[in-house]
Parts: sequence; structure tokens; C-alpha cells
Amino acid sequence: MQANAPATSGNTTINITVFAVFVLITLYVVYRASSRNATASDYYAAGSSFTGPQNGIALSGDFLSAASFLGISGGIAVHGYDGFLYSVGWVVAWLMGLMLIAERLRNTGRFTLGDVLAFRMKQRPVRAAAANATLVISLFYMIAQMAGAGALMALLLDVHSRAGQAVVIAVVGVVMVLYVLLGGMKGTTWVQIIKAVLLLLCVGFMTVFLLGKFGFSLSAILETGARHSPLGADVLDPGSKYGGGALAKLDFVSLALSLVLGVTSLPHVLMRFYTVPNAREARRSVVWATMLMATFYLCTLVIGFGAMALVGSDTIAKAPGGENSAAPLLAFEIGGAVLLGVVAAVAFATILAVVAGLTLTASASFAHDVYANVLKHGNADPRSEIKVARLTAVVVGLLAIVGGIAASGQNVAFLVALALALAASANLPTILFSLFWKRFNTTGTLWSIYGGLSSSVVLIIFSPAMSGAPSSIFPGVDFHWFPLGNPGVVSIPLSFLCGWLGTMLSRSKADPVKQAEMEVRALTGLGSGLK
Amino acid sequence: MTKAVPHPLETRQTPNSTPNRGRGFATFDEPGKTLLVDDEGYPDFVAIQQTEEFAALRRSALVFIFPATALFLTWYLTYVVASAYAHDLMSMKVVGVVNVGIVVGLLQFVSTIVLTLSYARYARRRLDPQASAVRGLAESVED
Repeated sequence: MQANAPATSGNTTINITVFAVFVLITLYVVYRASSRNATASDYYAAGSSFTGPQNGIALSGDFLSAASFLGISGGIAVHGYDGFLYSVGWVVAWLMGLMLIAERLRNTGRFTLGDVLAFRMKQRPVRAAAANATLVISLFYMIAQMAGAGALMALLLDVHSRAGQAVVIAVVGVVMVLYVLLGGMKGTTWVQIIKAVLLLLCVGFMTVFLLGKFGFSLSAILETGARHSPLGADVLDPGSKYGGGALAKLDFVSLALSLVLGVTSLPHVLMRFYTVPNAREARRSVVWATMLMATFYLCTLVIGFGAMALVGSDTIAKAPGGENSAAPLLAFEIGGAVLLGVVAAVAFATILAVVAGLTLTASASFAHDVYANVLKHGNADPRSEIKVARLTAVVVGLLAIVGGIAASGQNVAFLVALALALAASANLPTILFSLFWKRFNTTGTLWSIYGGLSSSVVLIIFSPAMSGAPSSIFPGVDFHWFPLGNPGVVSIPLSFLCGWLGTMLSRSKADPVKQAEMEVRALTGLGSGLK
Repeated sequence: MTKAVPHPLETRQTPNSTPNRGRGFATFDEPGKTLLVDDEGYPDFVAIQQTEEFAALRRSALVFIFPATALFLTWYLTYVVASAYAHDLMSMKVVGVVNVGIVVGLLQFVSTIVLTLSYARYARRRLDPQASAVRGLAESVED
């Protein structure tokens, strides 16, 4: 069973078949689930009809993305300890969502982040700013996912030509737009649930198999892994990926900070809290998501080192798709072409579902915040608002396809880190200030959103991710002056500072009546119509 | 904003003892009724914000949330910084080839789960009853 190098993509027919079956089943479920998809609440928030556990599974589905399943298991298989270190942040981050965000967001908002941020501020400028942040973050995150789809293709379906990958990206984009148009939030959530359950089963099966093979000893897996790694025993110690000079270390701290503060401030995650009927269910959904994420990343630890032990770091690093190929190669090693087919299909499905969620979020933000509230001053006819939302979904889908094709083959991993840094610096400080700081006002809100947004974008443009390093987007030129790949460590405190300064310097006062309403509502749900 | 501004509707009885509470519609209660609502039956948030019950709820929530958040952020960032800068400490072997770094990493999972469950329990036992008590101050006008 060592002759695995040529079998990276396994049996293409099986992969495509499993994937096609998945798409057909989910399209059917989406169609059935959404026969009644008429009101804005149905389209944006699934009529708030999901239970905590259902939404919790869907929430975890948003993060069991290809980047985390393939990327992190691969990161562990090649970099050992440092891959594991990265995965911890994805779990710890849920505590932010649990204690500070989920319940209060559910109680104060209806469909979008703009609902919450504009609650006690001037509606139009704040909603416009919130929509800007949502659209920028969603688009970056989406392009990263779509480009990832192209890279996966090379690995799993044996599609290597650029034209072939472009076709696949376009197909992914079209199916994803179909999910959103047909299913709205309800359909998209069901796709997430189905996919998350499949992925967890897959990962659970592989983990139990590996543990059994190594006599249920974590130490034995780590030791065998280390023997098959070119780094030897060092692979178990910190530093193989994020070590190096002082800047590399600071860069990692910056990434970890963005991760722990950004994950539950991503707009498509925030929007999930509206799909449940009340704050209690919102809390339950985060508890479920946390448990599933913890289980998943514990499994990833075993799978990563298992792949290192059974497949070998060198083979993985040299396979087409590089690090990302660890989990599929291991699946082939364990369960042959069929298990590989399932893993490949699930990895695909993951991209599809995550991108559909992002498209929905972006379209809701544009239709609900920009169209209905900024352009129509809050007097839009709900039917035309939904029409605008669907149209926006199509436009966003097209943008994602074009962006994905343009970015495919590029090193776009930094886009995910950028989206996290943006969420942690544009959304989180603003949410926390408006929930917990009485004096916070419109000026402060605008300063902290735009301060966080623009500082992150500017710093990333002038970072080594864009220019001046061999791995940059433009390796030939060098206009970088910001030394870190991740702007979080600067932009997050800066955004908090902007929010504070804007509030203190502005002469306008916070509205005490609206503040009372928001505070009472956030803690009790009183007046929100939620039971 | 904690000074007690006397509100005309401040004296009230608990709504559970009020017969015929509304069934989800604005009931245009007569003035002098015991609920903290405005003329249109909408909750009077400013008055509610100043009640004992709400102050107690806010205190109970913040007394858990802020220290717990500070704790887990410090604990996580310590782990990250130690992994980046205290290489030798994190590489010390504990059991077999399992080192301090992996043990602390697994402890992050444990602490996250423990904190999640404790918050869920605290919210269920302490916060939810207090929140319903506050809702009771204006409840029959729930829309």
C-alpha cells in the first residue's frame, strides 16, 4: 500500500459520481425545504425556524471548510506542531461568540449586522458602513474559497489545464447561486447541515481507524509520524512553520489574534444567529458548534499525524495540491478509491456550501441595508427588496466566479487571513462598543468600521503578501513597507482606538432612549417579538 | 445612569398575579396599570433600564462574561506567545513524545469546553430566570 504517488486523484469517475449525487440530493432538499420562500424573513433568516442544534451543526459547517479540513490536516501532516497550534484558535474563538455576541445579536437584530450597528445610531451612514464591511469581507473570503476550488480540482478530478479549472469554478459558482436563489437561507442551511454531518462522519471514521491502528496511543501516532517526516523529532516542537525570525513570530501572534477575535465576527457567521427563534436557541447553537468544532479539530490532529505516519510528509508535500492533499491521500491509503471519492466530494460540497452562505450574506446586506434603508430610506416594498436580494446574489456569484478564476493558481491563503483580520478589526470593536459602551455614538461607529476596514486593507496591500517576497502575488516588484503578512496586531487595536476617539471628539451625543432600548433588548429580548 | 429616577409607573405588582394577561397583542391597558409600558403599549425601556430587576440581570451577566472573556483570551494568547517565543519550554517531553506544547494545546480544548458548558449552565440557571423577570415587567405587550 505504499504505491500512492500516482493515485492522488484516485478514480475520477467515482469522485465525479459521488459529487454529482451529492449535488442532486442537496438540490432536491433545497427545493423541498423552500417551497414557501416568500417573505424577507424566509429568504434572509429561514423564518427563524431552525433549532439550536440544527443551527449549531450549520455553524460548524461554515468552518469545516475546505481550507480547514484539507488545509489544517495538511498543515499538521507537513508542519506537525505548528499546524496543530493554528487549529486551536478556531475552537477557542467560539467563546467570543458564545458569551459576547450570539444572544445579544439575536435579540437586537433581524437580518443583518447593519440592524445591530445602526440600532441606536443614525441609520443611513451606519448601515452603509456596515454593508461596506460585509461586502468587502464576504468577497475576499469567497474569492479565496473559489480559488481553492480550482486548486482542489487539480488534485481530485485530475483537471490541470487553466481552462478546465475555470470551467469547474464556473460550475461551482452556478450551482451555488442556484442553492441561494432556490433555497434562500433555509436551503443554504440544510446544505450546510448535510455537508457537516457527512464531513464529521468521514473524519470520525478515519480517526477511529487510525487510533485503532496505533493501539489508541497518541504518543505512538506522533512518534511514527515524526519518523516519517524529514524534520524528524523537531516536527513535534514549535517553530517548523511559524518559527524563524522575530518578525515571523510576531506575524503568527498577529494571525492568532485575528483568528480568535475574527471567527465569530465574520458576517456569514453573524447572520446564522438570526436563523433561530430566540436568544436561548442562539446560545444552544454556539454550544453545539463549539462541541463539534472541538471534536473535529481533535480528529484533525490524529488525521494530520496519521497522514504523516502512513503517507509521509515528503510524499504529501510533493503531491499535486501540496499540503491540501494530505487528507485525500490518507483516505486512499485507508479506504481505497471509494473513501477517497467520498472525501473528495465532501471537500467540494464544503466549498459549495460555504460560498452559498457567503453569497446569501452579501446579497442580504446589499438588499436590506443599502437598497431598503440607504436608498429607499427604510420604505422599500418587501417584495422588491427580495427581488434586489436575488439579483445581488446573481451579481455576487458572477463576481466570485470571475475573481475565483483570476485568483486560481495564485497563493491566496492570505485572503482568508485578511478576511479574519477585517472581521476582527471592522466588525468586532463596533459590535462590542455598541452593546457595552453607553456613550458610543454614530461618529465612533463610523470611525471604528472605516478605521478597521481601511487600515487592514492598506496594510495588506503594502505587506509581503502582495509584493517583495518569492511567495507574493507580485513577486517581481517590491513596494512593501509593512513587515507582517497579517495586519491584525495593528489594525484591531487601531479600530478600538478609532471608535473611542470618534466618540470622544464628536459633539453629537448618544441617544439615551435608544441606548436603553438596545441594552434592555439585548439582555432580555423584550420588544424584539422573540419568544 | 444608576440613580433612581422615580417613574410614575414604578409601583407595580408582578405580572403573574395579573389576571387576563394579553395573548401577544397590544392590550390598551388603562393608565395606572402595573406594566412598564408607554401609551401605545410598547415597553418603556428607559424605565425598565432603571429597575432593580434589570440592574440585577445586567450585574449577573457582566460579572460572569467579562472575567471569563479576559481569562480565556489571556490563557489562549499565553499559549500562542509561549509557542512562538518559549520554544524550549514547549518542547519539553511529558509522556512519550508528547510535549508540553501539545498538552497545553489539548488543555485549550478542555478549557474551551468547560467554559462553554459552565456559561450555558450559568445562563440557564441564573440569567434566564432573571431575564424572564425583567420581561415580566412589560410582558403583556409583547408583539
